Amino acid sequence: MTDNTLTISKNGLWTNNVALVQLLGLCPLLAVTGTVINGLGLGVATLLTLVLSNSVVSLIRPWLKSEIRIPIFVLIIASIVTTIELMMNAWFHELYLILGIFIPLIVTNCSIIARAEAFASKNNLLDSATDGFMMGLGFTLVLVVLGGMRELIGFGTLFANAQLMFGSIGESMTITFSEDYPGFLLAVLPPGAFIGLGLLIALKNIIEKRQSAKQVVTIQSAEPASA
Amino acid sequence: MNKKKIIITASLLTMFAVIGAAMVGFTFLQTADDIIYNEKLTLLRKLNHILPSEKYDNDLLHDTIMIKPATQLGTNRETSAYRARKGDQDVAVVLSSIAPSGYNGPIELLVGIYTDGKLAGVRVVKHRETPGLGDVVDIARSDWILGFDNRSLADPDEMHWKVKRDGGVFDQFTGATITPRAVVKAVHNALIYFQQNQEKLFKKNDEDIETHKSHP
Repeated sequence: MTDNTLTISKNGLWTNNVALVQLLGLCPLLAVTGTVINGLGLGVATLLTLVLSNSVVSLIRPWLKSEIRIPIFVLIIASIVTTIELMMNAWFHELYLILGIFIPLIVTNCSIIARAEAFASKNNLLDSATDGFMMGLGFTLVLVVLGGMRELIGFGTLFANAQLMFGSIGESMTITFSEDYPGFLLAVLPPGAFIGLGLLIALKNIIEKRQSAKQVVTIQSAEPASA
Repeated sequence: MNKKKIIITASLLTMFAVIGAAMVGFTFLQTADDIIYNEKLTLLRKLNHILPSEKYDNDLLHDTIMIKPATQLGTNRETSAYRARKGDQDVAVVLSSIAPSGYNGPIELLVGIYTDGKLAGVRVVKHRETPGLGDVVDIARSDWILGFDNRSLADPDEMHWKVKRDGGVFDQFTGATITPRAVVKAVHNALIYFQQNQEKLFKKNDEDIETHKSHP
């Protein structure tokens, strides 16, 4: 992994995470994260869109005119998303039915046009594709973790309906922690999504604070030695 | 100079639009068959939940009749009714019905009725009821909806075709009376509709005028 790739990866997964730092694409994020599988489904679709749109935008850089770059980005993203939507409808029909309107709505996920504008239109193909992948992965991870939290607390299960994505193997993936779990409604309803996301952001901030505190300590302890 | 720039920009944009449309068009053609197949399969699976496939031997998805909007079904547009037959014998019909008075808007139902007027089964197809409260009418959340199986207009009698709170025989739920009440009423109305239109509902398509009328 070159330094550049490393920076891009860290940026996408952590420092500049789409969902936790940029707070983009919250509408689908909050709406579909009722279960792990729903989150994973939307995450993978978004990731795919990001990689493809970033790659295409990077490839057409020579022909991009600044006046029409935004409509061109929208055209590219809309075409890619519609293509993915059709493919999901054909190959993952039941998952498609569950995710419903949120697949076409990927078009309006600002993070995708933001990456096209801020990164892909200025960088080469490899870097742009990596950026799209890492940003998408960062988004997917948040979707999956949030989905996991809400599913676990709300229904007492994990990986329910996994067969929608993984076929018959998925049926054995569902983990039920307690047969007579009464369920916790708040986690399933929209407020649960907001609270869950808030907790995740808080957790990220705590970890970052700890890390920077550690750095300060190392610098301070290193100073006398160098003096 | 300026004109030239505009033309170049416009052609670029057009080019991208054409390429994008071509890509979507190509994918659409490639996936169209799969998608139609999937939709049919999903519908058939839903119908088979209500009416087990061993009960009939005709092509349920093609032996349909268009039903005009009817107040008893709560519909305001034409819907398909699926007819099940075994050999020459009519077996059952599955009607679409809409319960207009759900807690969060209409609840769409599929109601299967045997020729003797008994319910084969009821399923909620689409609803926006509160998760954890009203959504108990959904088979994915509870078995409540199975309570309609084998009921008919005579069982219970008209006085008791209500939720328990209203003096009937059907359970309601703590915190959710409105949703079950709406569903019970819609199912009852669908049974009445069936009783009044039974003959029409089972007419073979080729002798049916109503189906031709529906496609002017």
